Amino acid sequence: MLTSAANAQTPPATPTPYSGEMDHSTMPGMPGHDGMNGGSMLMGRVDPAKNGFDPMQMLVDWDYGKASTLPNGQTLREYEFSAGEGEIEIAPGVMFPAWSYNGRVPGPSIRCTEGDRLRIKFANYGSHPHTIHFHGFHPAEMDGVPGIGRGIINPGESFTYEFDADPFGCHLYHCHTSPIKRHIHKGMYGAFIVDPKEGRPPAREFMMIMNGFDTNFDGGNEVYAVNTVGHEFMNRPIPVRVGELIRIYLINVLEFDLINSFHLHAHFFDYYDTGTSLQPTHRMIDTIAQVQGQRGILEFKLRWPGMFMFHAHVSEFTELGWMGMFNALTPDKFDAALHEVGVDAEWDKKGLNGPTLPVKVNPL
Amino acid sequence: MSAIPTIASPEQKKAQPGGAIWGLALIPLVLLGVVLALIVVTGGGLTELAGLPVEKVSFGRVTLPQPGVIKVEIINDGPQTVTIPQVRIDDAYYQFTAQPSTTISRLGRATYTINYPWVKDESHVVSLLSSLGTTFDHTITAAVESPLPSLNLFARFGIVGIYVGIIPIFLGLLWYPFMRRLGTQAMNFILSLTIGLLVFLAIGTWLDANEFAAELPVFIQGVPLVIFIALISLGVLLAVGSVRRGQESTPLGISYRIATGIGLHNLGEGLAIGAAFALGQAALGTFLVVGFTLHNITEGVGIAAPIVRKSPGLKHFAALLLIAGGPAILGTWFGGFAFDPTLATIFLAIGVGAILQVVWEVGKLVARDSTKIGKPIINWVNLAGVAAGLAIMYFTAFFVKF
Repeated sequence: MLTSAANAQTPPATPTPYSGEMDHSTMPGMPGHDGMNGGSMLMGRVDPAKNGFDPMQMLVDWDYGKASTLPNGQTLREYEFSAGEGEIEIAPGVMFPAWSYNGRVPGPSIRCTEGDRLRIKFANYGSHPHTIHFHGFHPAEMDGVPGIGRGIINPGESFTYEFDADPFGCHLYHCHTSPIKRHIHKGMYGAFIVDPKEGRPPAREFMMIMNGFDTNFDGGNEVYAVNTVGHEFMNRPIPVRVGELIRIYLINVLEFDLINSFHLHAHFFDYYDTGTSLQPTHRMIDTIAQVQGQRGILEFKLRWPGMFMFHAHVSEFTELGWMGMFNALTPDKFDAALHEVGVDAEWDKKGLNGPTLPVKVNPL
Repeated sequence: MSAIPTIASPEQKKAQPGGAIWGLALIPLVLLGVVLALIVVTGGGLTELAGLPVEKVSFGRVTLPQPGVIKVEIINDGPQTVTIPQVRIDDAYYQFTAQPSTTISRLGRATYTINYPWVKDESHVVSLLSSLGTTFDHTITAAVESPLPSLNLFARFGIVGIYVGIIPIFLGLLWYPFMRRLGTQAMNFILSLTIGLLVFLAIGTWLDANEFAAELPVFIQGVPLVIFIALISLGVLLAVGSVRRGQESTPLGISYRIATGIGLHNLGEGLAIGAAFALGQAALGTFLVVGFTLHNITEGVGIAAPIVRKSPGLKHFAALLLIAGGPAILGTWFGGFAFDPTLATIFLAIGVGAILQVVWEVGKLVARDSTKIGKPIINWVNLAGVAAGLAIMYFTAFFVKF
């Protein structure tokens, strides 16, 4: 539970779940509604170490694969994906029996450059058949769909998907085994980001997958989130610098609900639908809707220091976990803010050096 | 094991000292303990049968003690420990405190206090999310601040109890002088009417008891509990009556037992009214109170009927009035401030037994008096009396049933 100190933009470093008094000072007669988001929050924190993955790290942990050069000069990126099953903590204290790629939900964020040759070795260690279906150009037999090419990969089997990264953009991959609804909402999806050859302007980049979890299997989500853990970025506001260009690779994989959205407080952004163009498809908007499988790139700068909220503009999703904060900071306060949310200079570096093309790297 | 053959030998059995006999009785229990321990420790070869954990929670009292606060009492009536780490109100997660813990052992209880700005007169859904993702829902039909015990409210609830219990029975008892002037045949009619009234009350109390029983946690087994308690109460009261074999039950004794049965019934009515106020259904209050006053007036007739031959004096009338009507006041307080469905179920089940017992006793009175004037026990007058009793109660209940 957060005190009014948290409201003043300095979240406590250590979680204090299930105890403590609310500050009743500002709203007599309505106790407890002056904390973070008026008390409408999940209780407690999820321990990333225990969970095996950290939503905060997932913002920037681009997976470039094992890179090498083919005889024809093409860059080859080799990935090893395994499907498996395990419990993940999707909200403090709430376990979800997930199916996942490489033990994390979402799966690894593939990052490559247009024209790279991708070779994804997929081994199914789970008890159900799975596939990997990539969004992007590829031959039919690499589509990861039952009955086409190799089709489904049964438990204990493996298959290597191989194709060229094309076109550039913000894409995704997911399991395409029936029932697809279950395979997706159980957690089998991830980001597939293809950079244009000429690169994009240097920016601090984040990967955000909007997802949800149907914990009681009634065909509706109990918890909504970005990068799996509900309200994670409320408890750990994302540190950014005032005035720097921020680029978000935003992907919607939400099951059951027809639409998801992203709304940024107090600012406007340019939006590149699917990221397949270097020109924005929308300019100066502050809310963007995405259906399932839709994705795009957001670019904006935060003008002032302070906490700026971002969330689905579907109020229900917001209050069920899909809500977070950017903490815009002046340079003198940036390092301390990193420390407060449990990340370090490495996280900062990864965020600023997303593109794989060395010429495009522009360290601060 | 060597002890077993000794059971067959009568000589040795006689020689057994008392302690050894108890030892023999303990053998199956000791072995039971061993078997249970083995199953618990080794799984008893059933590990393959072990399914998913089953989580079950039932809601107890849900109150709104002040604006912005919802208080939910829950009982774990599932087969194992449950952890409830998150609470949603109307599809939004809210901060809360859990006493004593968010982890609740089997048959254990916890109180969740949630800071939620509830809206007066509107509906809210409380949904508890377990660590395994199961949801348990409870609907607050119309949010109204729960009455907190205050002297003022205590007094007002007391007045409601007086309207429902004391006043109608007092008025009913005022028919006593009239009844004293009736002949045997007419009195048989009145006593039969009392039987009809009591049968109606027995059925009503039975239904009320089952209504509460249905809300109870599964392990309490509400419906069988009602049946057993009603039967045992009836049995105990009949046995107490049989102790006086040889001497007739005194008419005053019967009146007291009728008053007790009616008192337990009125306790149930008080509970229902108090709980309705607590749940914010106070708008029904006045209408309900008028209805109960009308509905209960015949109860006084029933209490006075057995004692028409000999007036027991004012002191006894006052006592009968208090026993029959007073519990309505207690019930209103209890239902309004500290409602407990388990206790309510138990009291009402006792009431069923008590009322059935007086049906039996008044029945005997009617039988005796009918025989005395040379009429069959079931004659038209008696039957008309029973029917009239049932009809009066049935139609006046139109005011209190919705």
